[in-house]
Amino acid sequence: MTATQERPSDAIEKEIGRDRRRKEDQRLITGRTRWTDNIVLPGMLHLAMVRSPFAHATITSIETADAKASTNVVDVLTGADFGAELGAIINAWPITPDQVTPAHSPMPADRVAFAGEIVAVVIARTAAEARDAAELVEVEYDELPAALDLKRSAADEVLAHPDLGTNKSALWVFDSAEAGTGGNVDEAIAKARTDGIVIEREYRQQRLIPAFMEPRSVVVDPTGEQYTMWSATQIPHIVRFALAATTGVPESKIRVIAPDVGGGFGGKLQVTPEEWIAWAVGRRLGKPVKYTETRSESLMSAHHGRDQWQKLTLAAEKDGTVTGLKVELLADLGAYVAIVGGGVPVLGAFMFNSIYKFPAYHFAVQTVLTNKAWTDAYRGAGRPEATYAIERLMSELAAELGVDPLEVREKNWIKHEEFPFTTVAGLEYDSGNYEAATAKAKEMFGYDELRAEQMARRASGDTVQLGIGISTFTEMCGLAPSRVLGQLDYGAGGWEHAEVRMLATGTVEVITGASAHGQGHETAFSQIVADRLGVPFESVEVLHGDTQVSHKGLDTYGSRSLVVGGEALVKAADKVVEKAKPIAAHLLEASVDDIEFSQGRFSVRGTDQGLAITDIAGAVFAAHNLPDGVEPSIDSEATYDPVNFNYPHGTHLCAMEVDTETGAVKMRKYVCVDDIGNIVNPLIVSGQVHGGLVQGIAQALWEEAVYDDSGTLVSGSFVDYLLPTAADTISFDIGHTTTPSLTNTLGTKGVGEAGTIASTPAVVNAVVDAVRHLGVDDIQMPCTPERVWKAINGPGSGGSTEGAAMPHFESGGAAGNQEQPGTASTDGAGS
Amino acid sequence: MIPAAFDYVAPTTVEDALAALAQYGDEAKIIAGGQSLLPVLRMRLNAPEWIIDLGRIESLRGVRDDGDAIVIGAMTPHVVVGSDPLVAEHASLVAKAVEHLADAQVRHRGTFGGALAHADPAGDLGAPALALGAEFVIAGSGGTRTVAADDFFVDLFETAIGEDEILTEVRIPKRTGWGATYEKFVRVAHQWPIVAVAATVRVEGQAGDRVFAEARIGLTNMGSTPLRARAVEDALVGQPVTDDAVRTAAALAADGTNPPSDLNGDADYRRHLATVLTRRAVLDAAGA
Ligand SMILES: Cc1cc2nc3c(=O)[nH]c(=O)nc-3n(C[C@H](O)[C@H](O)[C@H](O)COP(=O)(O)OP(=O)(O)OC[C@H]3O[C@@H](n4cnc5c(N)ncnc54)[C@H](O)[C@@H]3O)c2cc1C
Repeated sequence: MTATQERPSDAIEKEIGRDRRRKEDQRLITGRTRWTDNIVLPGMLHLAMVRSPFAHATITSIETADAKASTNVVDVLTGADFGAELGAIINAWPITPDQVTPAHSPMPADRVAFAGEIVAVVIARTAAEARDAAELVEVEYDELPAALDLKRSAADEVLAHPDLGTNKSALWVFDSAEAGTGGNVDEAIAKARTDGIVIEREYRQQRLIPAFMEPRSVVVDPTGEQYTMWSATQIPHIVRFALAATTGVPESKIRVIAPDVGGGFGGKLQVTPEEWIAWAVGRRLGKPVKYTETRSESLMSAHHGRDQWQKLTLAAEKDGTVTGLKVELLADLGAYVAIVGGGVPVLGAFMFNSIYKFPAYHFAVQTVLTNKAWTDAYRGAGRPEATYAIERLMSELAAELGVDPLEVREKNWIKHEEFPFTTVAGLEYDSGNYEAATAKAKEMFGYDELRAEQMARRASGDTVQLGIGISTFTEMCGLAPSRVLGQLDYGAGGWEHAEVRMLATGTVEVITGASAHGQGHETAFSQIVADRLGVPFESVEVLHGDTQVSHKGLDTYGSRSLVVGGEALVKAADKVVEKAKPIAAHLLEASVDDIEFSQGRFSVRGTDQGLAITDIAGAVFAAHNLPDGVEPSIDSEATYDPVNFNYPHGTHLCAMEVDTETGAVKMRKYVCVDDIGNIVNPLIVSGQVHGGLVQGIAQALWEEAVYDDSGTLVSGSFVDYLLPTAADTISFDIGHTTTPSLTNTLGTKGVGEAGTIASTPAVVNAVVDAVRHLGVDDIQMPCTPERVWKAINGPGSGGSTEGAAMPHFESGGAAGNQEQPGTASTDGAGS
Repeated sequence: MIPAAFDYVAPTTVEDALAALAQYGDEAKIIAGGQSLLPVLRMRLNAPEWIIDLGRIESLRGVRDDGDAIVIGAMTPHVVVGSDPLVAEHASLVAKAVEHLADAQVRHRGTFGGALAHADPAGDLGAPALALGAEFVIAGSGGTRTVAADDFFVDLFETAIGEDEILTEVRIPKRTGWGATYEKFVRVAHQWPIVAVAATVRVEGQAGDRVFAEARIGLTNMGSTPLRARAVEDALVGQPVTDDAVRTAAALAADGTNPPSDLNGDADYRRHLATVLTRRAVLDAAGA
């Protein structure tokens, strides 16, 4: 049985654009595959981590004797036992030259800076024995005051790292007047204060947890000559680079394999202490080791996302024409500057102006260190935050003007005939058609009918009110032109690599450097190659994720795989054709100039003579009859560096019902029309859109990582960190308009993050719209029933979340004697 | 996560289970469906040396008719309770509460007795049991005793069941023909209730002239145990089944409660919710 469909008899049907079911799904769904935790090597040892229960503390002593004496324990090691051998966790993007970056040891010996930080590792013959012994490690701490609240930390009241003297890591500024891309924003605001409109708001981007399905796991195998690491990571190539750079092992001796990886959403775009510790232990003991985190450990110590305060000032003329936008952000880095770290808000810097023609723009982000889990990329990375701010503001401007929120958007957006358009943030948008996407979305939504119903409910004072939320978003994706990254001081480029190998028996191996972790690369890339080379979809095998097979690559994130990796693949496939052409000419005894290639066949113009490309592959393998001086290979590779980002856009419309008696909200309808250019596989695109929408909706309504006053993660299990399930969402109506991207051959744009970026403000705009007539102009995310009810019944946006979790499980007297980090007040079933 | 090591026995009779309990004392923990106990063990909040599994004791399973009451065996899984015709006919409030308890997987493993013995104030079965005046049959080495619902719930995670005792069954007086509604307020479907109201009422009179003859209302998560909203019950009796009358009575729902404050809402918000949900539950139970 196979999960893919039968190939129709009409073999020349284009693969691109077909609803191919994903090749990889059968093995992923049935589990007949390799996840990191499945890997079992002879003599493999297991690790358990001992983690700090305190947010900030000096380690005064670590007593390991009892643990070492525990059954089948091989060793217990601390930071002090290792020293420099551990390497370091790197930040690849110092956003300013003077960025304050705390040293980040995978296992500090002296001081812990967040609850969940690793202080010791237990190595035992089984995972259970390692866990048992971890309970016996006695760590003494001297608690230090912890920097927790973002705003107070920005004021340096308490220091997250006392030796640094400040919590302020970096201040990154973009100003359109200075950059020459626009006017002076302060002048625009001053003018608007006298004869226009100024909208000033402060929005909170709550802290989120990526919550991928497969917990992180790592296996290290130190064979004699080479070290192999399997890791549930999005970025095997970057992990390999960082291991070489920080642990002194030559890159050529390191092989990193990301086997099938169960989701990441940016959460596995990291180099982690757990990987580095497993590496060091494996090297020290000369034995294979494995570590797999528990869900509690994952929620507590894998990086979090978002976490900003956004101070926003929008200036407009009295008729609603926008004249300036000023953005001042505080961004919580957590305890350390993660691999992208402060770069996440910087990725948003170019997107606050969005699709609107702001003549003046100023952006400043202050990144701040706190004693909480580190933050980094989470689906959308910087762009959801930006989109939220601007789409909330545009709706506020409409409310101020008393006009329909679509009207004020249309007044200010870039018209389709104005492309290519250079924005006030300095980006060149190549294409787009906001009018078309909006018109289609309005029609699918039944916009006018729902507005009429909203009015009727208001008029009758219905306890259930209806609101309509709008988000006309764009994003920059396809990370990224290497030159741009260089200008931003990012530590790597943004190219991608691909190879096409023509096997002797007629099948094709494709190698991509974009390491998939659930996106469906194997299917979509097969479709591209099938069309390009005229071979059956089934004949294409896509290999990825192993640095020994796919030796070059920059991995998967930032909606880049198709638009950058796919383009590299197109170029590699085209090279195959070019290399095969002289051979075909030789075999067909014709001139190269007379050879045409179409649908997998080289033919001699004007004759019925021809050879399939797979025949050429066979001839090349035998190499019995090749033209003089031609190498016996048509395999090809290409490394592609994008010239520009690309800019998907779309119009999302959401209707929410709000029960004014309880504050409960219910989604009534969600329509999105995304323009993502040409679509390779509509089914995969739908999957990306649906999943993306749910993640964005979840930020609006459900998810929030909450710490208590002592720095314990209260939402430390899925009992309290509320992930939605299918039971909590409705069936979305998704559609597309198509304005092909002009920056790549296939005309595609990224779609991996679009749903998440666009949906959050659509939902919050809808909730606010439902109760605006009751005096509400903001509700803090997540819009819990309590917050909505309080916003209706009092001033403010509903306040912050109480830092306490309800226990559903009692702890008993016979509990283990080591306090589990976080569990003191975060009991839950998600362990 | 991995629980600490433990030994395991699975007796086939209540007597053997009691004997095991007596033998291992506070080193032992009973396991029913494990849906609350296993998370505790996996997070190492508790590490008993012995686990006594009641899963093989046939006599503890099933629902039976016992004259003026129905009897639900402690080890009857939620899913069986929820679809049992006797429960539907004579204690429909229980069926309504089970319908939205956790998710399908938990409903298949978790048990009626386990949930009540666990005594989580946010658990969905306490309030219906209290409202229906259930009686808890508890077996110990000295024999069997019966505890009234009012005396069963002692505190957070604490019931009248002694360390050496086992809850064997729950007797629920028949309330045939009563209307019942369980109003559970959650943010996501698979959540414990933020607040829930269990209401069952008997209505007399003809359409247009209906009055509340009897009302029994339980509150979930409004204190450290499930609570009866007696003020509301008293205020309802004799009142007409109208929106206004119910609204007035339901306004008393939070009287004498002591709800918690947590991520999902503070105590004041919960008090407010209790009044709204009580009104809705009562009206719905009355078929209004
Ligand atoms: C993900 C998840 C979601 C949940 N959501 C909800 C929800 O929305 N609403 C809700 O009400 N519940 C919920 N629960 C809890 C569920 O109802 C459990 O089934 C119940 O709380 C415990 O029942 P059990 O049979 O699994 O008992 P166990 O977990 O086996 O035992 C629980 C406790 O009771 C003791 N015990 C069990 N049986 C007896 C007995 N016969 N005599 C004496 N002591 C006994 C045990 O020693 C233990 O201390 C949820 C559980 C999970 C895992």
